[in-house]
Amino acid sequence: MLSVKHLLGIKDLRREDIELIFSQADEFKEVLSRPIKKVPSLRDITVANLFFENSTRTRLSFELAEKRLSADVVNFSASSSSLKKGETLVDTVNNILAMKVDMVVMRHASPGAGIFLSRHIDASIVNAGDGTHEHPTQALLDAYSIREKLGSVAGKKVVIVGDITHSRVAISNIYCLQKLGAEVMVCGPTTLIPKHIHSLGVKVEHDLRKALEWCDVANMLRIQLERQDVGVRYFPTLREYSMQYGLDKKLLDSLSKKIVVMHPGPINRGVEITSDVADSDQSIILDQVENGVAIRMAVIYLLAQRMERRG
Amino acid sequence: MRQVTLIDSKLLGLIMNRLCYQLIENHDDFKDAVIIGLQPRGIFLAENIVDRLRQIQPKSEIRFGIIDPTFYRDDFRRSDKSLIALPTEIPFSLEGKNIIFIDDVLYTGRTIRAGLEGMLEYGRPASVELLVLIDRRFTRELPIEPKYIGKSVDSYDNQKVKVMWKKDGGEDKVLLLTEN
Repeated sequence: MLSVKHLLGIKDLRREDIELIFSQADEFKEVLSRPIKKVPSLRDITVANLFFENSTRTRLSFELAEKRLSADVVNFSASSSSLKKGETLVDTVNNILAMKVDMVVMRHASPGAGIFLSRHIDASIVNAGDGTHEHPTQALLDAYSIREKLGSVAGKKVVIVGDITHSRVAISNIYCLQKLGAEVMVCGPTTLIPKHIHSLGVKVEHDLRKALEWCDVANMLRIQLERQDVGVRYFPTLREYSMQYGLDKKLLDSLSKKIVVMHPGPINRGVEITSDVADSDQSIILDQVENGVAIRMAVIYLLAQRMERRG
Repeated sequence: MRQVTLIDSKLLGLIMNRLCYQLIENHDDFKDAVIIGLQPRGIFLAENIVDRLRQIQPKSEIRFGIIDPTFYRDDFRRSDKSLIALPTEIPFSLEGKNIIFIDDVLYTGRTIRAGLEGMLEYGRPASVELLVLIDRRFTRELPIEPKYIGKSVDSYDNQKVKVMWKKDGGEDKVLLLTEN
């Protein structure tokens, strides 16, 4: 069984938890390859997807995962939210839980929103991204995709390239990869690398070519324009960023070994990664998306086992 | 914990051969038949039977799959023990096939029910027969009965039947364990 009641961040997980999630995701991948891609395990569970921040891929992936487990699903998005009418987060969620909802999947712009909520409600919470803090299921599916492609995560060298400061994917990935025994490096302009990132035990490199020569896997992040402070310029132009930190086919082909290229999406083609790299045989971007459903099924299935049965 | 040997390795070999010939009697060259072993323990029995059938009838093509009943169990969130799924491997359609469903011990029948539900996701079989090594009689909680039985056993609720296999690192035998 998982050692946690909620999945708020990778930081709280033990290595055994991550391995258990992976082993169950293997079985759910098999389920997803069947003609009938559905199991009845969560027939008596209702899940609320609360997306206080926009999302297409993650929300769809969670919704599919829940439906494939036969859970009942209710969706709620920022545009239809009562928060705009002045209701607090706890009140909003408690109102939803009063309708007999057992599990909450939440995305929120404020870091720590999931942790805050876990102190006030009984339902199990899955963090689907909280501001610049964590995005645990993305990190799990990234590490799972590396394990699938390279056989294991332990001993592998992974570089995360781009806007590390504003990226919840980067933080969760660092925790997850390190727990599984990988070496992690971050690469980007000085302005987009947090000052004390060394304290997490990661290497820092500002030269993209050197970083790529070092690694087995490159995870190319999107520039999070929506999270950057208004009026602060972290780099002169997107074009200049792209020239320094964008990955194109010429650079990829000039490396001394074949590396694996990942991207958590959505891709800004031509900025952090060019189209021919995104669509090349070294890219596992679509595998990541496919694995996302199996990983989320595993997380929800394992958390549901820990919930007390009502009635 | 007291233990009694119900079946030793010599008797087990005889029983397995008898079960194989019963299957051959009903399924001939296994053209329309498929053997499905139930996770976790039923696969040792199923593999053993498949190996023997292949030796007896080397020309028959014997299809063999395994199914894990975990996601279909009716005790999810009702039991304290964790329900961890194991691999399912059915690389063929079961549509129109005669299924020989194999598990080692038949007790309440609930695991078989879960396995059947999972199996039906792979197509609508023509028929399903159940083969078990040990039938613990008078303990059924569902109307599920085997067609092929290695040995029927009358036992109490505080007893446990354990089937051991050489392939699993033990010795081929069946034990009856009784709590003190």
